[in-house]
Amino acid sequence: MRLSVHYTTAYHYSEPPRRIIQLLRMVPATFAGQTVLDWRVNVDCDARLRKARDGYGNATHMLYVDRPVESLAISVEGSVLTDDKAGLVQGLPHDLPPPVFLRSTPLTKAGPAVERIAEATVQSAAGTLDRLHALAANLHRDIRFDTEVTSIDTSAEQACAAGHGVCQDFAHIFIAVARRLGIPSRYVSGHLFRRDGRHVQEAGHAWGEAWVDDLGWTAFDPLNGICTDDAYVRVACGLDYRDAAPVAGARSGGGDEELRVEVRVSEAARQAQAQSQS
Amino acid sequence: MAAPTAFDELWGTSRGRKARPGLESLAAWLADLPPAELDRRQQAAEAAFRSLGVTFAVYGEEESAERIIPFDIIPRVFTAREWSALAEGLEQRVRAINAFLGDIYGPRRILADGAIPPDIVLANSQFCIPCAGARAPHGVFAHICGIDLVRTGADEFWVLEDNARTPSGVSYMLENREAMLRLCPELFEILDVAPVDSYPEMLRETLLSVAPDKAKDPVGVLLTPGHHNSAYYEHSFLADNMGIELVEGRDLVVDDGVVFMRTIDGPVRVDVIYRRIDDAFLDPLVFRPDSLLGVPGLMAAYLAGNVSLVNAPGSGIADDKAIYSYMPEIVRYYTGEEPKLHNVETWRCREPQALKYTLDNLEQLVVKPVDGSGGYGVMVGPAATRAEMETFRAALKAEPHHYIAQPTLALSTVPTFTERGIAPRHVDFRPFVLTGANGVRTVPGGLTRVALREGSLVVNSSQGGGTKDSFILEGGAGGDG
Repeated sequence: MRLSVHYTTAYHYSEPPRRIIQLLRMVPATFAGQTVLDWRVNVDCDARLRKARDGYGNATHMLYVDRPVESLAISVEGSVLTDDKAGLVQGLPHDLPPPVFLRSTPLTKAGPAVERIAEATVQSAAGTLDRLHALAANLHRDIRFDTEVTSIDTSAEQACAAGHGVCQDFAHIFIAVARRLGIPSRYVSGHLFRRDGRHVQEAGHAWGEAWVDDLGWTAFDPLNGICTDDAYVRVACGLDYRDAAPVAGARSGGGDEELRVEVRVSEAARQAQAQSQS
Repeated sequence: MAAPTAFDELWGTSRGRKARPGLESLAAWLADLPPAELDRRQQAAEAAFRSLGVTFAVYGEEESAERIIPFDIIPRVFTAREWSALAEGLEQRVRAINAFLGDIYGPRRILADGAIPPDIVLANSQFCIPCAGARAPHGVFAHICGIDLVRTGADEFWVLEDNARTPSGVSYMLENREAMLRLCPELFEILDVAPVDSYPEMLRETLLSVAPDKAKDPVGVLLTPGHHNSAYYEHSFLADNMGIELVEGRDLVVDDGVVFMRTIDGPVRVDVIYRRIDDAFLDPLVFRPDSLLGVPGLMAAYLAGNVSLVNAPGSGIADDKAIYSYMPEIVRYYTGEEPKLHNVETWRCREPQALKYTLDNLEQLVVKPVDGSGGYGVMVGPAATRAEMETFRAALKAEPHHYIAQPTLALSTVPTFTERGIAPRHVDFRPFVLTGANGVRTVPGGLTRVALREGSLVVNSSQGGGTKDSFILEGGAGGDG
């Protein structure tokens, strides 16, 4: 598919902050099954953007605003050509060895609720790949999607015990269970094209990748209970949300902050798609 | 568990009959000094340290309780020959540590070559992911290493720990020498003691030598967590003596990838930061988001090559206990030489044979968690109760990969001033090894910690440990120290 992404992150401050500094992870890489055709990051005020790459291999921007502004909007526009690779993530230009993704973090530390799912997963299937499929399917079935109850600081264990959450929580639980089973796994942030026609979304998407010997990194979306396909745009990865979130920021002053995110993922013109598939 | 046969730094194994070669004059000084005079000087030393306010936790975590650590005025002495062998071993080890860090955050050759198991590096929580792929300026990661050594015989030195994060205690080395020069000036006439007062200048040179190449007249600062930190005294002492600014996170700001220090004359560009805060607190955008001690954007400035951090982030993995047990392999791999300094024999309980040995000999071993520090969760077999031993036995069986075991060593002793006269007390030693753009240097001295309780092998300040001056004798025949 040829997907186009319009993604705006807008901050409004009750008092203008003296200074803003942000680390952005908003630029996808090209790899097997994902070709970035064009991608632009724009800021609506006098700011400096510096490109870099983090330890995971994610493309980053540092954003610096050194004078007071009442608001700040970061907009991303791009288009990507995707193929359905049944979740296989191969040919990433920069990557770390899988054992790096065995360690747990405060957001993905296993507790009793995660342990129970880990045990059930082991019971339900044999072999790494089958267990991961079972895990994604079980989370999709057992954890309820609810945007009202969890926050960016909710851990896998908390979400798991509560039995509900958003895509981030599903991803954290998936990762926590996989690591508990000794499977390297990581958090992925990105975008999802909704085939149900809901092209405008209030946030980006998130899922998990797990390492399967012989296959390599394999991406599962536990919220939807499937492996990722050509509706997914992979942007950044990390041990958990904090490492892969689109924005990590700090500011001096600025009072209260109002944040509005709008993501629009749509299928580009049929004609372009036809070309891409020819 | 006082080993009656422990090697004594003054008397060797003669049990007080004959001083070791080169130390006869120290033995004579000690014999000639009237007890009342020794007592007077000891009191004066204690009063001086109290009024100076020399406080802090010497070893391990910087968060320990603040206290004045007892100082003992009978020095611990190394001969020139001993020191030159030690210094060579230390420098070899630190060169290997820096090569190792440069490799694991870069090409990871040592893992590809199978010289050590890849997982002990990659799956190690001390492997700093944001540093992966980062080249430290001038190839140096661990600019300051405080290598903890113990001695069990005339030529038997063992490395206990390689402190490669933010080792502290060097201000003690300097203050202890000041006190000795004032209180026992005659000792420096009868012994040819190498001076240590060049340390702040050596440290300053080391810091500035690793400034980014583009910095013409580099500016260095010392970044402290603040006056609540137990090592704050040392931070301000070193900044003062180096003539650099002592700053906190809020005094620094990153703009467009460059670090600036706020001053009343406006922002000043900073090229080198001697940071005495842990990696986790350096930059809330990359590490702990709740950290208020660090500077947002600092890692971006570092990774862009615009500022040097001392020690470089990620250095901590070099002193992880799982890595420690492979230091002989690491030294061989990078230097092509046999290690000149030895590790304490270590049983990695993740290996079934080692686990069996450990369980069979628990009462003679020291058992440590691989990711612990500051002596937390350590079992000293000979001193452990039955119950403690059973707790560790269960823990070892449940999570063997989490532990290492080592023999209980008979640490050397040094004559020490006690309430009941002069008596031998066990010691360890922490020298400070500096690595800059132009090589490795070790100041001829260090910090000797002494277990003040009779028979105790625990030198931690929290457990009745004190410090002594450490004299390194110079090779020359003259005595005009």
